[in-house]
Order: sequence, then C-alpha cells, then structure tokens
Amino acid sequence: MPDYLLSAAALIQVSYLVTAFLFIMGLKRMSSPVTARSGILWAGAGMLVATLATFFYPGMTNYPLIVIAVVIGGAIAWISGRRVAMTNIPQMIALYNGMGGGAAAAIAAVELYRGGQMSNSEATLAVIGGLIGAVSFSGSLIAFGKLQGLIRKSLRFRGQQLLNLLILAGAIVCGALIAAGINDSAAVVTGLFALSLLLGLSMTLPIGGADMPVVISLYNALTGLAVAFEGFVLGNAAMIIAGTVVGSAGTLLTQLMARAMNRSLGNVLFSGFGDTGGTAASGGAVSGSLKPIDAADVGVMMAFAQKVIIVPGYGMAVAQAQHKVWELCQLLIDRGVTVRFAIHPVAGRMPGHMNVLLAEAGVPYDLIADLDEINSEFETADVALIIGANDVVNPVARNDKSSPIYGMPILNADKAKNVVVIKRGQGAGFSGIENALFYLDNTRMLYGDGQAAVAQLIAAVKAV
Amino acid sequence: MTGIVALYIFMLAAFTGYEVIAKVPVILHTPLMSGSNFVHGIVLVGAMVALGSASSPLEKTIGFIGVLLAAGNAVGGYAVTERMLEMFKSSGARAGAAARKH
Repeated sequence: MPDYLLSAAALIQVSYLVTAFLFIMGLKRMSSPVTARSGILWAGAGMLVATLATFFYPGMTNYPLIVIAVVIGGAIAWISGRRVAMTNIPQMIALYNGMGGGAAAAIAAVELYRGGQMSNSEATLAVIGGLIGAVSFSGSLIAFGKLQGLIRKSLRFRGQQLLNLLILAGAIVCGALIAAGINDSAAVVTGLFALSLLLGLSMTLPIGGADMPVVISLYNALTGLAVAFEGFVLGNAAMIIAGTVVGSAGTLLTQLMARAMNRSLGNVLFSGFGDTGGTAASGGAVSGSLKPIDAADVGVMMAFAQKVIIVPGYGMAVAQAQHKVWELCQLLIDRGVTVRFAIHPVAGRMPGHMNVLLAEAGVPYDLIADLDEINSEFETADVALIIGANDVVNPVARNDKSSPIYGMPILNADKAKNVVVIKRGQGAGFSGIENALFYLDNTRMLYGDGQAAVAQLIAAVKAV
Repeated sequence: MTGIVALYIFMLAAFTGYEVIAKVPVILHTPLMSGSNFVHGIVLVGAMVALGSASSPLEKTIGFIGVLLAAGNAVGGYAVTERMLEMFKSSGARAGAAARKH
C-alpha cells in the first residue's frame, strides 16, 4: 500500500468523505416517515466520525481547551435538548441554529483577527461567511426570545427598512476593506462583526411571532451557507458539502413552509403582518347563534358515527389534551369508527409541529392526513371534532373578500354532517376574526378546558 | 483544494440538497428542519481546527467560544431531532410493539 494512504492527513480526508456520504444519506432517509428514524442515526454517525478524525488534524494545539469546550457545550445542549417540552421544540431549533451561526462567525473572526496570511479570495469568503453567520446568530437568538415569550413586542418604526439597509451597507464596507487588503486592522474586523450582529437584531425584531417558523428556517439555511463559506477558507470538504446541502435544502424548505402558510418570503421579511390580524378586525358580520351541547350527547354522536375527523390546533397542545384525545380515538376505533386527524399546515407553531405533538401522544402517522388529502373526506364524515383550532376552519377564508384571512387554504370542516367545537369561551381566534363556522346550523359548541372536555367525552363514550 | 474544484463541489452539493428535500411531506417539515440544523453542526470540525491553530489570547478566546457554540449546535440538534423522529411510528409498527409487550 502506498504511503500517502496511511498518512494522518489522508485518513482525515477519507473520514470527511465518509461523513459527507452519511449526512446526505441521513437527510434523504429523514425525508420519508418510514425511514426518518434511521436517518438521524446515519447523520449522527457521520458527525462522530468527522469529530474524532479532527482530533488527529496535523499541527493542532490547545487540546485541553478544545476538549473542555466540547464537553461543556455538548453537555448543556444535551440536557436542554432531552428535557425541552415538545411544544417548545421550535425555539430550541432556533437556539441551536443560532449557536451554529455563531460558531461560523467565530471561525471567521479567528482567521480575520490573525490577519496577513490569507489571499484576497479567502479573505472575501471568510468575510461573507462571518457576516452571514453573525446575522444568523443574533437573529436566531431574537427568534428564540420571541417564541419563548421573553420578547413580546414587535419593534416597528418608520424608515426601518432604510436603517437595515444602512447597517448592511456599513458591514459590507468593513468587509470590503478587509477583503481587498486595504485595512484589515482589528478595529475594522470588530466593526464588521458588530454591524453584522446588529443587522440580525434589527431584521428580526419587527417580525411577528406567527411568522417566526419561516424566519428560523431561513436562518437555518443561512447558517448552512456560512458554514460552507468557512469550509472554503479552511479547505475543509466536509464543511463545504454539509453546509451547502443544508443551505440549499434549507432554502427550499423555507419556501415550502412559506407556501404552506400562504405567505411569500418577501412578505414575511418586509411587511410585518405576522401579528397584526387583531387590528384588522372582523370583516363582515356573522349571523346566527352559538348552540351549546353536552358532552354526553357528543359521546353518543361519536360512538355511533361511521367516521370521525379530529381537527386539532395549537390550543389542544397548550391544554396538553393530545394524550386524552388519542385515548378517546382508541375507544372509538375499538367500536369500529373510522378516525382520522386533519392537520392544517399552520396547526401548531410551524409546519409539521402538530404531527410531532400527536406522535408524542402515540397517534400513528398513517391516521394523520394533511389538508389536500383530507378535504374531500369531510363530506362523508359524520362528526368533525374541532379542538383548539379556529382560523384554519373558518369558512370566511373561502368567500369573504374583506376578511384578512381571505384566500388562506382552510380545512372544510363545515362540510361534515355534524361539527363539534371544543372551546374555552366565546372569544375570537388568534387573528381576532369571528369564526362563521361556529354559527352554522350543523355546528354545536362544547364549552370547557380542552383536557377536561375530552375527559368528559371519554366517560360519555364509555357509558354508551 | 483549488478554487475551481471547490466551486464544483459547491454546485453539486447545492443540487444534492435541493433534490434530497424536494418531495418531503409537510408532516416532516419540523423534524427535517431540525435534522438539517444538526447537519450544519459540522461547523464543530472547523471550530476545532480554528481553536487548534489559535495563538494569541484573543484568538484562543474566540476559538473557545466557537467550539462551545458548535458543540451545542451539533449535540442539541441531534438530541431534539432524535427525540422527535423516535415518535414517528405507523399503526402497524405500534400494534407490533404492543403485541411484543404482552
């Protein structure tokens, strides 16, 4: 065997190649529910191979510092990741993503503060990666703060876009000075990073909580790109490949999410609709009355139904009612009732989040259908049970042009023979819009806390 | 690595990322975002190299923070993705698991 195959440098390159293969296979497997579970194991194995191999990188020093940092960072993240409630997953993704962006910016900072050894093209890539990474870092932290409820207000003022543009221009000027080798002093490098961090803050602060998932997905893609750029600087193929794959996959995923939420990306970033619905008011009066019903009657109705469709919303998860809902469904399934779950793309906090919450409760994914699959089935359903969902079943989105949610795709729950809505009180939904569904002739209201109401339904079905 | 080879890698990786995700169902959007979030945790490798080559106290400090953050990205991303995906089971798999338990 030739010598070069045995050298440490060659072994590291080979292990990075293996890592790139495992990452791509892992992501591929994660894109189908049947193989998703094994996908993360593949990707995890890839990460382990690359990390271990890097310890043998030629010319490395500071081993104690590296080990301490890996252990501390890893331990904190592991504990927080295992403990976080499933309802809070979106903000944890934002947090971990911000850390990745920060790390990419830190690599750029180490290289740029050292100065002098890089070619202009390397310096340019380091600057771009550092800028993107820093924006992703501070932006993701704001996204985390908003979803966690630490930041409640959306800061907006006139000329905000102009200010953001000026900050970006300032960062680009600093970056250009460094990259062109005109002035790569520590002061200019510091200016670049300070302005980039500020840009992340000022870009994210005006965006409302409802749009945060799209923003997090965008920052995820940006962090991927930043990692790829720093990979170019370090000549590290694993970083280039993994970063670029995430960059392009993340961009596509961002577009898919924005489409699922009926928003365009430009709209999310620059219009700040996210949480303004409340001020946009009603949009057409609703006629009819709310008709209450007892849990016992609903229990009978469901027990003797052929087909029941459950429409869960984030309210169900907040009330922690998903376990009870699944218990109810199991009772119905045992009686021979066909049960399906209808998930609107924006149910939960980000597309797919409700599926995770239902999966946590034990609901098999093949009972869960998304909007396109299930909408034609409502006509054949005897009961549609709405729990914690509101705007996504509001028929005004179909026919009332004056309504702020006009044009949003909705679940056709109103087409079911009977509609039962579990609701805490008589208020309007998240967007503050009256729900015409609640006033239909075939709709009945079951008032109460989500968990308690479903517990009553379970008792009622058992009593039949 | 020469510049043009790096560009080829960049282009092919971009297409790969796009193709891998193109047909993903909405139910997997959240886990997949979390999974790709984990994958860019590979930045850990670069942060280790950066800290490994740092000499001045400033470089060491920034490098240390970089490795700390990168390890958080990789480990945290893995922990939450694995937890989420562990829960995705079909009714067949669930019935089988229940039968084995009895």
